[in-house]
Amino acid sequence: MERSTKVRQWLIAALTLAIILYCAAGLDYSGLAAFSPSMGMDVLSGLMKPNWGFVYDGSGEDLVSLLLLTIGIAFLGTAIATVLAIPVMLLSASNLWRSHPWVARVGKFVCNVLRAFPELVYAIIFVRVVGPGPFAGVLAIGVHQIGMLGKLYTEEMEAMDEEPVEAVRAAGGNFWQAMFYARVPQLMPIYTSLSLNHFEIAVRSASTLGLVGAGGIGAPLIFAIQARNWDQVSIILLGVILTVFLLDLLTGYIRKKLR
Amino acid sequence: MKLKDTIHYNWYKHLFVVFLLLVCVLGSAALTEADFSEVFENADQIGIFMGRLAHPDFSYIPDILDPMVKTLKMSVVGTVIGVLFAVPFAFLATTTVTRNPVVTGIIRFFLDIIRTIPNLLLAALLVAVIGIGEATGVLTIAVFTFGMVSQLIYESIETIDYGPIEAAESVGANKVQIAVWAVAPQILAQIASYTFYAFEVNVRASTVLGYVGAGGIGVVLNSSLALLKYERVSIIILTILVVVAIVDTLSEMIRRRLA
Repeated sequence: MERSTKVRQWLIAALTLAIILYCAAGLDYSGLAAFSPSMGMDVLSGLMKPNWGFVYDGSGEDLVSLLLLTIGIAFLGTAIATVLAIPVMLLSASNLWRSHPWVARVGKFVCNVLRAFPELVYAIIFVRVVGPGPFAGVLAIGVHQIGMLGKLYTEEMEAMDEEPVEAVRAAGGNFWQAMFYARVPQLMPIYTSLSLNHFEIAVRSASTLGLVGAGGIGAPLIFAIQARNWDQVSIILLGVILTVFLLDLLTGYIRKKLR
Repeated sequence: MKLKDTIHYNWYKHLFVVFLLLVCVLGSAALTEADFSEVFENADQIGIFMGRLAHPDFSYIPDILDPMVKTLKMSVVGTVIGVLFAVPFAFLATTTVTRNPVVTGIIRFFLDIIRTIPNLLLAALLVAVIGIGEATGVLTIAVFTFGMVSQLIYESIETIDYGPIEAAESVGANKVQIAVWAVAPQILAQIASYTFYAFEVNVRASTVLGYVGAGGIGVVLNSSLALLKYERVSIIILTILVVVAIVDTLSEMIRRRLA
């Protein structure tokens, strides 16, 4: 017994190693050959000298206004998603549809489909619908997050403690009274925390959606990288990192208070 | 819960939060020039897009199998490299092992900063520095995994049982010996589980990395989108969905056995 488990462990370890080596050997490393240390040093020295003039110049195309715009995209996207994820959750939570389980299955399928597309693909669709600009980013983040939040909300709803609900029903409360007096008070803090967490995620995505013309800080960053304008890249990256860091601290603080 | 804590005594606080949220929503709507009527006016664009997506071009499958496999290989190698670097840093990021709040603080700050960079931006930056290719994608995934997994590991180190550490200490073990013999055995299963989780996340993420030239299926997705070949986009997204679903199921199975 002891011996055979040991043999199995070695076999699993060997198999894992073989898979890793096979994957590592199957890749194309020719891209690395073009890299030279002097080029790397060039980039580094550029990154060490951020272009402070870009921080604020009042034109509306500076770092501060673009970062604010990025936060705005993320906030509005998450707000839309939070509002729209609630009906999706009501449809797909199986403990609300005990007599008609197929409804919950349909709801979950909708969530899965919404989550399936990468945000970038949504952004491309919405750039065609409403034209390039921050609003396309808002819609892309909103639609993608409906799927994400809908799934998480549903999971929390299904995992919740049913006793208060039964108590309300036993006292003669109807479905909606049970909803507002037993379910909502229990789920509200968790849902708020999940939405805040997705706001953090949305800020990160919003800073990349500019790649496809959906507004925010992404576009100037990509242009700066393509032009190898490293002092500009440096200040934008600093701005993004600082913004995300501060927002994480803020949402972390709010979430701690919710507990 | 006291009577004073109920909503009837705190209504002005709740009203203030609602007011604040409303101001934020309106503010970001103004900032992003949100105009929801545009969405309905141009809804036929969504219809056209969806109509073409609904006819996947199945004859294109043989052409995307190779990049899909490449994406999987990139994810495997990137995840493994990321986890290998994450483990020692995670150990240094807990006072349980270092007994030195200064070292831990510095390491945690460094990890926080790594985590704040959105992975698409990281990929764009690395593509600019190193050049286009699969190696860049692997590096991006490795850095991304490093940030994500190191946090998960140090959080689980903080919740371990202190008994074995005290026992090792009382017989005169040094810090390295404590880390290897008292801490590591308690979290090995969790590290393995996090590795699979990271792999899942990475397979999803690496599908868009190609957008900036970091190799894999994203390159094909990007070129199909750019050429407006939505029948191909559709089959690519379907393939990604199937592969992600398979990876999810496999990794969930393995994680359940590890737990």
